[in-house]
Formats: sequence, C-alpha cells, structure tokens
Amino acid sequence: MNFIDKPAKLRGFEKSIRVEKVSRRSILKGLGVTGGFVLAAPVMSRQAFAYETGAGKMPHGVVVDPRVFVAVAPDGTVTILAHRAEMGTGVRTSLPLIVAEEMEADWSRVKVQQAHGDEVKFGNQDTDGSRSTRHYLIPMRQIGASARAMLEQAAAKRWGVPATEVKAVNHEVVHSASGRKLGFGELAADAAKESVPSVEGLKLKDPKDFRYLTKGQVSIVDLHDITTGKARYGADVRLPGMKYAVIARPPVTGGKLVKFDPDAALKIPGVEKVMQVRGWPWPSKFQPLGGVAVIARNTGAAIKGRDALKLTWDDGANGKYDSVAYRKELEEASRKPGLVVRQEGDADAALKTADKVIVGEYYLPHLAHVSMEPPVAVADVKGDKAEIWAPVQSPGGTREDVAKTLGIPEGNVTVNVTLLGGGFGRKSKCDFALEAALLSKELGAPVKVQWTREDDLHHDFLHTVSVERIEAGLDKSGKVIAWRHRSVAPTIASTFAAGAKHAAPFELGMGLVDMPFEIANISCENPEAAAFTRIGWFRSVSNIPRAFAVQSMVGEIAAATGRDQKETLLALIGSPRIVKPAVKDMWNYGEPFDSYPIDTARLRKVVELVAEKGEWGRTVAKGHGLGIAVHRSFVSYIATIVEVAVDDKGKLTVPRVDTAIDCGTYVNPERIASQIEGAAIMGLSLAKYGAVTFKDGKVEQKNFDDFQVIRMDESPGITNVYIVPPAPDTPPSGVGEPGVPPFAPALMNAIFAATGKRIRNLPLGKQLEA
Amino acid sequence: MIKVKINGQEQSWDGDPDLPLLWFLRDEAGLTGTKFGCGQALCGACTVIVDKEAVRSCITSINDVAGREVTTIEGLHPNGDHPVQKAWRQVNVPQCGFCQAGQIMQAAALLMENPKPSHDQIREAMAGNICRCGCYQRIENAVHLASTGV
Repeated sequence: MNFIDKPAKLRGFEKSIRVEKVSRRSILKGLGVTGGFVLAAPVMSRQAFAYETGAGKMPHGVVVDPRVFVAVAPDGTVTILAHRAEMGTGVRTSLPLIVAEEMEADWSRVKVQQAHGDEVKFGNQDTDGSRSTRHYLIPMRQIGASARAMLEQAAAKRWGVPATEVKAVNHEVVHSASGRKLGFGELAADAAKESVPSVEGLKLKDPKDFRYLTKGQVSIVDLHDITTGKARYGADVRLPGMKYAVIARPPVTGGKLVKFDPDAALKIPGVEKVMQVRGWPWPSKFQPLGGVAVIARNTGAAIKGRDALKLTWDDGANGKYDSVAYRKELEEASRKPGLVVRQEGDADAALKTADKVIVGEYYLPHLAHVSMEPPVAVADVKGDKAEIWAPVQSPGGTREDVAKTLGIPEGNVTVNVTLLGGGFGRKSKCDFALEAALLSKELGAPVKVQWTREDDLHHDFLHTVSVERIEAGLDKSGKVIAWRHRSVAPTIASTFAAGAKHAAPFELGMGLVDMPFEIANISCENPEAAAFTRIGWFRSVSNIPRAFAVQSMVGEIAAATGRDQKETLLALIGSPRIVKPAVKDMWNYGEPFDSYPIDTARLRKVVELVAEKGEWGRTVAKGHGLGIAVHRSFVSYIATIVEVAVDDKGKLTVPRVDTAIDCGTYVNPERIASQIEGAAIMGLSLAKYGAVTFKDGKVEQKNFDDFQVIRMDESPGITNVYIVPPAPDTPPSGVGEPGVPPFAPALMNAIFAATGKRIRNLPLGKQLEA
Repeated sequence: MIKVKINGQEQSWDGDPDLPLLWFLRDEAGLTGTKFGCGQALCGACTVIVDKEAVRSCITSINDVAGREVTTIEGLHPNGDHPVQKAWRQVNVPQCGFCQAGQIMQAAALLMENPKPSHDQIREAMAGNICRCGCYQRIENAVHLASTGV
C-alpha cells in the first residue's frame, strides 16, 4: 500500500448517496439572512456515509440539510453556516469550504455565518476531540451537493431542458448545448421552491474536479478582521447597560466561603456592588465554584475592587493537596501491580526470564491550558429567558447547562458563539458562562464575567498529573520480548463522579492499551489514583504522558542495545498489519475500527517519510542531537524529528523540527501545517516549562512569569511539515491534537543524543544545567 | 479631567486616574481590538503604540498617557493596510488570532525604530509577545516580509 501516491480512484465518494427523506418543515426562515432565499430541501441523513464514522453516535448526531446550512441571496451571495467553534484550527473556514466546493460556489462570494448553539437543528457542535473534519467531510459535501442539485433543477425548468443537460460551474448553472447561463442569485428564488433531489440524483463531485479541497492556501475567513482588530472574541461583546464582573473563587477546589467584608472594595471608584455567587460542591461537572463577585462600570475597577475584598475561606478536604507528596504516592503506586487493562502473553514471566530489563519511570505534572484569551462570558437574563455570548467549544452543551442552572427550558436559552481566543479543551467547560448567567439573573442586567490570568491558572480543569512506568524485557539478541506499562493518573471521570480512581475507557485508549508494538508479552495496568482538583482534557489528553513514556522508552532501548533510534522504533512497530489489542470494548476515539484500524503500515510510513524529508542520520554539529518519535492519536499518524543544541552551560535551543502527518483525506493543507507548527511550540512549552503545582491545596503559579510558555526567541529555528497526500480510500482523521504528543519524547531523545542525559521527569527546567 | 488622543481623536476621562489604559480603551472607549491576556505586562496581548513606542496598556495608567498620542490596532492604518498587516495576511499568520493585535503593534513599533531588523533582532523584539497557538515561525516571516516590502 502506498500512501504517498496520488489517488487512482475514489472508493465510495463517486457513489450516489442515500439520503433519508423526512417530513417537510413549514418555515423557511433558515439563517435569517435579510433578503435571502433559503433552499427548501428537507434532506436529512444520519448514517449515509461512504465510510462509517462515529459522527452518528455523538449527541444529536449529524444533520444534513441545506435548508439549515445554506442560503443564496438574489445578488448571488451564498451564506454558509459554520456550526463548529473556531478556536484557531480553521474549522470556520474548512467546513463551509467543503460545502462551497461541492455546490460549485465561488469562495469569494461566500459569507460564513456562525451558528448559535442548537444541536437538534445543527447536529453535534461539541468542537473537541479533533473531530470536525473527520465527522463532517461527507455531511458537508452532501449538503453542498443537495444545494447544487436544486440550483440545477431550477435552471433546467426555466430553460425547459432536462436537468441532466445542465451543470453548476463556479456560481452559475450552464446549459452548454445552448450556451445559456444563469447565476446562482438569479436562480435562488426558484431553487428555494425545488423539492428534495432524488436519492439517486444526489451525486458528489469527482475529486479531480476539486477547486479548493486539498489544494491548500485558502486563507481563513477571519484573516482581515483579525489583523485589523475587528474580530470579535468573547470579551469584545458589549451590550447597553452591561456591567463588568470579576469573581473571587475558593482558592482550593471544593472550598467554601466563610465570610467576606466588601467595605474596602465598595470604596474603589467605579465599583457598584459586591455580591455572592452560588457555588456547587466538588465534583459537579462544569458548575461554578462560587465565591464573591465585584460588579463595576469597567473591568479595571472590578479587578481593583476584588483585590480590596477581605475574604475568609474554608479550604475543605483538598486543602492538603501537595504536589511533592502526591508525586511520591503516584511513583509508589506505579511500582505495584494495578488493574490489568490489557494482557497478551505473560509479561511477568517474560520479564523474569529476560536477558535485560530496562525500567523507565516518567513523571509529568499538571498542565494548564492558558489560552491567550482567559475565560470570559456575557449573559443577559430576563425573566425565564437567557442569552449568552461566549467563546465556548460546546455551544450545545453550554445551552443545556445554562438551562439547568437557571431552571428554565432549554428552548429559552440562546448561546451565541464568538471566536475563541484559543481553547485547547478548557473552553469545553462552560463554568464561566454559568457564572455570567447567575449574576445577570440576580442583577437584572447584562453582565460580562472576565477571568484574569491568575483566575485561569487557579481554577482551570487541569491536565492530569501522571507517573508512567514501563519495563521492557529484552532477549539476548536485543529483541523486546516483554512490555509492562503502568499508567497512574487522576482521571477526568473524577470531575463528573466523586471518587473515580481509574482511567475511563477513553483515557485508556489514548496511548496505553492501543500501544502498537509487535511484542509477544504485554501487560498494561492502571493502578488507582485519587483526584484533589478539577481534572479535565487538555489538547491531546492522555496521549501526552503515554507517548512521552513509550517513545522515550524506545530511545532507551536503542541506547541500551547500541542501535539507531529509528531502526529500533521500526523494529518495535514490526510488520505492516492491523493491530487488534486484546482489550474488550476498546475505545478508538469514538470511531469504528473498520474505518479506523490501528494500521502499522501507516505508522511506519510517517516514520519513513519524516526520516527521509527530515534527513534522519545527518551529521550534526557538536553539542547537537537528533531525536525521533511517532504516535497514533485521534486516529491520525504522526512522526516528529527534533534537532537540539545544548551548549556548555546546558542551555537548550531547537534549530529544527520536522513532522510528517497522515490524517487521511484532508481539506485545507495550509491549516494543517499551521496546526502542526503550533503543536511543536506547545510540545516544547510543556516539555521545557509546563508544570502546575499545588501546596496546601492551592495552585502555586500565578501568571506567565511562573507558568512559562515558549516565546519567539526560544522557538524552533525552522519547523517543516510534511502531509501524506490524501489517500482517497482513507477516511479523514484528526489534526488539531495529534501534533503535540510526539514532540516531547522526540525532544528528550534528541537531548540524550546530544548529551547522554536521559530526562524522564517533565518539565526539563534546569535539569541540563546541573 | 485627563485628556488623551487615541487614534487621532481627543478623549477625556474624569474617573480613577490609575485605571489601566487597557480597560479605558476596551470598556470606556469601546476599542476592543486591544486584548487582555495577563494584566502584568508578561504576554504583550495589550500592546499599543504611545507616541512612537510600543507599551503594554495593561500596566500603563490612563494618567500616564495624559496629553500623549495612543495608537491602537484600529488606528494603525485607515484601511488596515499597514505593511505589517498586509504581510500578516500574506503569510497567513494567525490561528486563533487573539494575540495578533498585540503582535502587529509590537512589530509596527519595531519597524519604526529599526526598518531592517535582523533575524535575531526580530526574535528578540517580539519575545515579549506570547502566542499560545504557536504562530512564531509565521510571525517572524511576516515581520521580515514587512521590512523588505510587501
């Protein structure tokens, strides 16, 4: 199988697509575009894909309905709805681009409109898990194809010719026999009267005719607004009579307010009111922590007012959480047997008889998301109606939670999604929007709740802390015959259910039980770990610690056997095959294994591609070293080579990064490259600096001075990205997250190559200076 | 009464003189292009140009800029076609875009002071502006492009 070759044929896409006819809806209001005609095509489909994805199993599934997603105005302007949240991945451009491609719309005449939160109407909107393109490539094509078919039918009727004789081409329908043409705008009114295209008639374009998809270099729709300050993020929403609020929250998760003195705060110019905010006991999913809000005429006054509050807290049971002590607990747990979550052969016996056993114990601390835009939300609650404006990844989930929190019907809640100034998983949790809703209800006025950077660090849903312990048993020839991996980390499930101590299936499936190496004796274990703060998902989630441990261990095995890192890695991956771990109901990023198997041919391919393009084995200067790592996550395959330079004083620089990604069929390579470039920065940030630590139950870091991230002067010299060209018979897979996990282990393998020092504990910090 | 010229327009303020310029711009003057990222001059998201110098508006009080001229992203160029803005678009710099106004203002101030910065000078001058999405490679390329003519 050659994934580099250009597609010879297209399996599935060329087939007509089955669409299920559902009852007509009577109102054609659609997008609410003034003067626009919305195409009347009640076409809905939930599982009519050329290949199966997990999209239909997501809450509210998929809606394929051009009437919901597309409007054509008489002047020819085509408005396409973006129902997923834009946090920097480019999804607000990519998904509408797919519709435009398929309907033959001219992209320069397309306007993108952001959908509000309504999953019944739009289908699942939870922008998370690197799912948008993978779940919506085919539905968006179907929507575009339906719209195109109706425009063609309308033109054929007007000309009195068979529909088979007309064709939509670049914003017009043409009848080539007579040379007649009609623009989309001229056809809009008639097309709106057309009924559903017949199931047999709905055909998707031949990819050889694509104008935009896979071509790259399509700029994001918000580019001009972003560069001129017009782009609207959560904090940029301003309503008449709006108040500004900043909240003091319990410094320890689960803590409670004992008393507060508002007097000094009320004396600050601009401060209007001090009031309590309702909190929920921990854990309570995304419910607010409670505390004291300072309401003011501007954010500056509210912050100054909060600083002046006198507050007394009861820290509660988590007041003893201490990162130094907890690390010891995790390490001890990793040295004892734990819940077995994958077992093949007999790892215990094989480790006993092995010629050599290599043990690696890897520690990764909590990480904070610190998106550049701290959490913020505006709410306007009037009676039993609520309207929210917020940078949320899951507007549908936010709508549900606002309705529950205020005790009003979900239909009475409108959630407007602004641009997100970064998300990385933090903005899937809508606690900040719930706070705004509660305050607005009580004040009877619109309110903006602004989190400061300190609030963001102190009250994040943190990436978990973990110890990953791997024991690899080698025979006399150096072949790995046994593999035991114990992963100990507080689970995200602990944010949803008190006392959860074992990883959820989706956490196990992220680099632990799906480990793809060809080894006869494998044991994966998950000892208990209790949570003492809010644990949440952070870009790439459990793949970060697992890939770090597994790929660092590959480097350790290479070093112990005196072999090349890349050759060691390929030997461990083994033969090209489909890996089927002995795990019951194994989680596969929510995708069926038939469409998304664990395919070691593809894993090998990205290793070989990055080695070739990234010039693996090249001679590097003294003090430099090369490291490599590969990881499958979010059903994509990705390999990274990092070159480091370490000077006499232990100062680290990264002259070059090379990454190869196979994400199956893709849409906009320009944005894939930007995601992978960014992932290298995030990977370097977490490897070099990333650590949130607790003392007396409180987060010790406050801002970007003590929770550091990579800045330009220490960013890689050059980052090259190689995308495996679209293999047409391969479904699309994730891009937003997969770039992060292989970076840190590739970096540490490179540091070992440069210095002979093996870094097992993150972050790197000053370890090279010692 | 504090008077300050913002993007060529006279503005006045008779509230707290210690109010950070950032919040005056965003909440009082409605100029929301300037962003809040840290409040401690650690991230550069709030960068504006005062006279000809890049400053962090989150730690600069409104009183500090009394009688001076403040330029925000909204006032950098009437059509948004400052060479830095054009270069930014040509290179497709932004991901989420939130830090970009600050990055652009910092880059514009750098080029005013040093029209042909070297690779190292760009990396040093821009090091105060954090981009969590990690657009640094493109930012660097865009500043270089702006300095050599878009």
